Amino acid sequence: MSEHKSIEEIEKEIVEEFSLFDGWDDKYEYIIDLGKKLPLLETEHKKDENKVKGCQSTVWLAAEFKDGKVFYKADSDAVIVKGLISMLIRVLSGQEPDDIVNTKLDFIREIGMMSHLAQTRSNGLLAMVKQMKNYALAYKLKEGASK
Amino acid sequence: MTGILEIEKGLDIQAIRKHFPVLEREVKGRPLVYFDNAATAQKPQVVIDALINYYSDYNANIHRGIHTLAEEATAAFEGTRDAIKEFINAESREQIIFTSGTTEGINLVAQTWGRQNIKAGDEIIISNMEHHSNIVPWYLLAQEKGAVIKVIPINDAGELEMDAFEKLLSEKTKFVSIVHVSNALGTINPVKEIIAKAHEAGAKVLVDGAQSTVHLDIDVQDLNTDFFVFSSHKLYGPTGIGALYGRKELLEEIPPYQGGGEMIKDVSFTNITWNDLPYKFEAGTPNIADAIAFKTAMDFTKAIGREKIRQHENELLAYATEQLMQIPGLRIIGTAKKKISVLSFVIDNVHPQDIGILLDNKGIAVRTGHHCAQPLMERLCIRGTTRASFAMYNTKEEVDAMMEALRKAIKLLS
Repeated sequence: MSEHKSIEEIEKEIVEEFSLFDGWDDKYEYIIDLGKKLPLLETEHKKDENKVKGCQSTVWLAAEFKDGKVFYKADSDAVIVKGLISMLIRVLSGQEPDDIVNTKLDFIREIGMMSHLAQTRSNGLLAMVKQMKNYALAYKLKEGASK
Repeated sequence: MTGILEIEKGLDIQAIRKHFPVLEREVKGRPLVYFDNAATAQKPQVVIDALINYYSDYNANIHRGIHTLAEEATAAFEGTRDAIKEFINAESREQIIFTSGTTEGINLVAQTWGRQNIKAGDEIIISNMEHHSNIVPWYLLAQEKGAVIKVIPINDAGELEMDAFEKLLSEKTKFVSIVHVSNALGTINPVKEIIAKAHEAGAKVLVDGAQSTVHLDIDVQDLNTDFFVFSSHKLYGPTGIGALYGRKELLEEIPPYQGGGEMIKDVSFTNITWNDLPYKFEAGTPNIADAIAFKTAMDFTKAIGREKIRQHENELLAYATEQLMQIPGLRIIGTAKKKISVLSFVIDNVHPQDIGILLDNKGIAVRTGHHCAQPLMERLCIRGTTRASFAMYNTKEEVDAMMEALRKAIKLLS
């Protein structure tokens, strides 16, 4: 197992990767590529309660809690959204609930995604982040209750 | 307001484009291509000026003031009412009620005529291609009254099944609310025939002209409709203003919609008398500036020539349709024999949202999604479409730019 990286460290990596791109054509190409590579979500997870509804595309988001850390799996019917989820998973999956709940995810703004995508309700980016944090919060509360 | 409409004879698109300042701007480093006209059209400088002039020269509340500004504002505001009367060939100016737009017009009719006349078991007919604004008000009314909503089905081309419509009509049918032109498909519905048949069955009819009024000549007397609603902003005018036309005897019979301001004649704590038409339905201080600029927008389209605009838009539609059909795996949604310049399409294995984002990245504005017509999307078994809708200022070169961006996007996505 590789060395554990913090949310901030992974965010920094992504920001550095994006700084290498010349323009938005390349950024989108990269995001689409990430979307295509995101592992398929098992059909059992594609149920209504796992749906994060944006206005236009659907995202399925599943989470599990293992050894004090949250692990996410997701899918979407739109590939750019899938690419965005892929980045969120890279940053948040395998992290502790507290860290997930408290992160501001500045990288979204820093790579320019905020102005490009997150301002409209047509994509589920913000809804996705909220849902991922909700999972983490739920696990955190559950863990607290069982202690 | 003089000399604003010195528009060249013939349809010189480059000259027309100069009237629309937003078309000068760049988006994502490229010249804007605006193909989202069915959502809202861009505004010519004369309309923007009309707004500015009102606020800088004669801003005043209307109808009540004794002073010069109030008189000027009132005259301009009422001038738009006259212009609307003429634009849709209404019998009288009293039958033109200002609303905030199409949606408010439909809600007004549902909440006044509807609440007064619809009883449990009555039937209201709408169609499978309505947008949510012409579904939800009737749904709310039907829930309140225990009435039943019946839906005219459509065929795969996106045309109403008129035989099925006739079968839906019965003595239970009290109201038919029908869209004139579909926002998602472009289909032009045979509303004159629908109105005649509905009247034979004893029902009243509302025509939703949100999409039709900018493209077609509207004659409410020829249509013989009971109600007609539309918005200014799809007609190159400002947002937040629209009109409801109603048959006079109906408007006189039905109760007011909202209380306050201009809609009353006398008020005491025990008795209130309503103002005369059209003021009975215009509570509060209206949207004066936008109403005034709405007239300028109508004048502008008339000055350019509605027939010429129509011809140009139809040419664009034909050209773009031909171009799009060359893309493998692309299917045009809405292939009615009679349609306006709206092109909706889906592409195999490609999500409309991805297309929309990548076209925007090239400065091209289209609409993607369900176009606020979810039951229609369900009927057509699609999750949404990409929609390009054309206006007077669009060009073949812009269609070419969209085609190029589209080909690149598809390549990237598949």
